[in-house]
Amino acid sequence: MSTSHVPISSPTVPTRRRLLRWRAIGRILEGDKRPIFGAAILAAFVLLAVCAPLLTPYSPSQTSFVPLSAPSARHWLGTTASGQDIMAQFLYGGRVSLGVGFAAGFIATLLAVVLGMFPAYLGGRTDTFMATFTNIMLVIPGLPLLIVITAYVHQTGPLVIALVIGLTGWAWGARILRSQTLTLSQRDFVIAARLAGENRWRILVAEILPNMLSLVVANLVFATIGAILAEASLEFLGLGNPDIVTWGTMLYWADAGEALLNGAWWWIVPPGLAIALVGLSLALINFGIDQLSNPRLRVNPSHRKTRNQKGAKL
Amino acid sequence: MQFVRQRLAFLLVSLWAAATINFILPRLMPGNPAVLMIGRFKGQLNARALKALELQFGVTHKPLWDQYLIYLNNLIHGQLGLSLTYYPVPVSQIIAESLPWTLGLVGVATLMSVCIGLMAGIYIAWHRGGKWDGIFSTMATFTAALPYFWLGLLMLFLFGYLWHWFPLAHAYSTSLTPAFTWPFIRNMLYHALLPAVTIVISSMGGWLLGMRNNMIQTLGEDYVLFGRARGLSQSRLMIHYAARNAILPSMTGFAMAIGFVVGGALLTEVVFSYPGLGYQLLAAVQNEDYPLMQGLFLIIAFSVLITNFIVEMLYGRLDPRTRGGVSK
Repeated sequence: MSTSHVPISSPTVPTRRRLLRWRAIGRILEGDKRPIFGAAILAAFVLLAVCAPLLTPYSPSQTSFVPLSAPSARHWLGTTASGQDIMAQFLYGGRVSLGVGFAAGFIATLLAVVLGMFPAYLGGRTDTFMATFTNIMLVIPGLPLLIVITAYVHQTGPLVIALVIGLTGWAWGARILRSQTLTLSQRDFVIAARLAGENRWRILVAEILPNMLSLVVANLVFATIGAILAEASLEFLGLGNPDIVTWGTMLYWADAGEALLNGAWWWIVPPGLAIALVGLSLALINFGIDQLSNPRLRVNPSHRKTRNQKGAKL
Repeated sequence: MQFVRQRLAFLLVSLWAAATINFILPRLMPGNPAVLMIGRFKGQLNARALKALELQFGVTHKPLWDQYLIYLNNLIHGQLGLSLTYYPVPVSQIIAESLPWTLGLVGVATLMSVCIGLMAGIYIAWHRGGKWDGIFSTMATFTAALPYFWLGLLMLFLFGYLWHWFPLAHAYSTSLTPAFTWPFIRNMLYHALLPAVTIVISSMGGWLLGMRNNMIQTLGEDYVLFGRARGLSQSRLMIHYAARNAILPSMTGFAMAIGFVVGGALLTEVVFSYPGLGYQLLAAVQNEDYPLMQGLFLIIAFSVLITNFIVEMLYGRLDPRTRGGVSK
């Protein structure tokens, strides 16, 4: 707001807050290496996808190789029933799968923030209505709904899939962010800001939102895991565009091309394992974020000692 | 009583919402997709069936509100229309044939995965920071990220194609006729084992991790500390003090968890050609059998909503805090 009557020292307050947060992150990573491990796996997959043209000489749609050949020096991951190089499909497919996953996760989180925070802060009928709506969206099973929507849309490309998953996947985050907004808006610093005559929207965006950033990030991670799984499921069922190479459509073609019957494990294992590992990496990162928002979960090597101390005090 | 009334109201509202989504979706899509479908079936159906179909999917000049009332009225009377793939078999009959398979599979698998997940979660939270905590937590995180259908494909490949331990598809051998006899039941269980194990492995991780976190939370409570100070036995503290109070909060996530499990189970059915709702749903989508697809979606949504209601009722009975909390 107006800067005239704000004390000069105030710019250091957010800097200090940020510093404290970094220090907290540092301390968590000291006690728990899982988030670092997760970030490394995720980075590796992103790098593989981005550098796909450098890592394989083949095009993912090229069908000129011997069909169903096992992994060899020429084809590291073998070939499909129609003679495509699986390594090329795996690398290029990762681009679409990760892109759709993150895009959908981002859309879902954005909606969760908007639909969770704003009505909660406004209160009254808007909040009651939105809370009920959120709870309904939460209990209606997601995958069947996605299947029905994509069936009506017909020939859904990655963009439509990302949009549909994002638009249906916000409820869980909205519910968590709503209750956190309700808690925070009763805290002293928010009440103080309100009494000082701060603008309502400014309080929401500048005071409340920064204090639940770890929840928002946790939601982004969580929504992205769900989105990658949902995307792969839809594509495996043949509800995506099967001509676009992704990890999901690879599995669709593997199933349709009777990879199991032909013993072509190299066709089935890579895409599914990649989906699982990306999901695992995000979940590992989430362990760190959870500890940021819930200190009790922190893995503290000396927790036995502190517990004894507490016991002694009692 | 207030609690029951409130949950019942929510059940009714969510049932209505699911039904309304079902009604709106085909009408919301650009260039009503049902027009194409109806065009495809024009020669094969009689005039009355065609008319009913047009009404069901909004390819008519009747006002939207009238269509909606007719739709709700049909729904209340259990009329979901006729399947186009199996014309003229009513959708409700196909649902009645496939629902028991899904209920059995998902029910048993969920019960097993909840029990195993909770027990393992209690154990590793008690020994948190220990060797098993690390191993189980990491394993559970990995299995929770496994796509159901992929795990199903691997199981089918290893135990079906490679080692021939289990059948490759269907709910029972085609040479048998369904009956309440021991050979048939044994055959049925034999066919259900692989899909059930797939669901248990994929869904267990979430329960385990949730229970572990809640248990750690309760272990930090003062009454546990007090119990320890009084010198209560370890098992009494673990089960009666901590676990009993930690189980209830892990059930609050049940609503979403059951939605995921059902979604995963539908995919598992597709992989194992198990004749439940998921298998039928995919077939309906592939055949553009929209009446069947709508009916299946509704019954899946309704089953999940009602299961949820039942769990919430049990939960409310067991934990008085929720009864007060909701009405606040």
